[in-house]
Amino acid sequence: MLPVALLLLLCACAVGVLLLSDLVGAIFLLSCYSFFLALLWTFWGAADVAFTEAVVGAGASTVFFLLALFQMSPVARTRKLRFRHGAAFLSLGALGLLLFLGVDFPFFGAAGSPAHLHVSPAYILRAMSQMKTPNLVTAILADYRGFDTLIETAVIFTAGVACLLILEGKRGPSAR
Amino acid sequence: MVRQVAHLLAPWIHLGALYVLFHGHTSPGGGFQAGVLLGAGTVLERLVAGSSARGMPDPGRALRLGAVGVFLYVLLGAFGIFWGRAFLDYAGLPLAMEEAFRRYWGILGIEIGICLAVMAVIASIFSSLAWDRSSSS
Repeated sequence: MLPVALLLLLCACAVGVLLLSDLVGAIFLLSCYSFFLALLWTFWGAADVAFTEAVVGAGASTVFFLLALFQMSPVARTRKLRFRHGAAFLSLGALGLLLFLGVDFPFFGAAGSPAHLHVSPAYILRAMSQMKTPNLVTAILADYRGFDTLIETAVIFTAGVACLLILEGKRGPSAR
Repeated sequence: MVRQVAHLLAPWIHLGALYVLFHGHTSPGGGFQAGVLLGAGTVLERLVAGSSARGMPDPGRALRLGAVGVFLYVLLGAFGIFWGRAFLDYAGLPLAMEEAFRRYWGILGIEIGICLAVMAVIASIFSSLAWDRSSSS
């Protein structure tokens, strides 16, 4: 019951973000969207994902959007809404296709689903004896899949450098 | 009002972030989440401390800290190569303890590296954006 209510709120937020012409309001609705998503992840037991969603989605990205918006002229802070038939048809078609394909998915938490049969039993069995880490998410992210996390960290750093070049570059070297 | 609340909140955000970082082994969270919290908390503190952006961290200088974080990760991973193990096998760290505990401390070390990188990037972008606003108005 609770996840259904949260999913409905999530959909309401998403539609609100699309329909609002006031961009500041849309940003706050987007933050609410992330908040409800975080609650959903918590309900389904994905505490680490929920934490990240709350901190990054509802927190940091909201402030980024707001700061970016305040750089624009007040005129640019509202938008004209235009309904595009082609885009609506495409996205509804994609939604229908996803719902149609989703029927074949294993049930939530099913023991026989491929995700639970490949490498995860080995991780669950060995994490405690190999690295004394009860939080399996940390064990997998930092050690078993350490290479992925290393590259992710490098990607975040590269994104930071790119943002610096874009934001400071337009100002010219003499501005600071 | 906002300034007072932010002033009260910032130290607790930092404390919470450190808890998240050092308890990543047993509770949700880790370097990434702690880095976002630390970066956001630092910038929140600076934003409310003064009306000008003078106290904001310099974006370029903040990114140097991020480079240190990424380098720390690579360094801890590279120890394994020289002690006859795989890259990123933290059991290769030269610590006088059991293999599993060497991995435990290695995980904490790379989490600190991730935390530094993420914190620096968040603080850098924040201060770039906030600095622009105060200069144009």
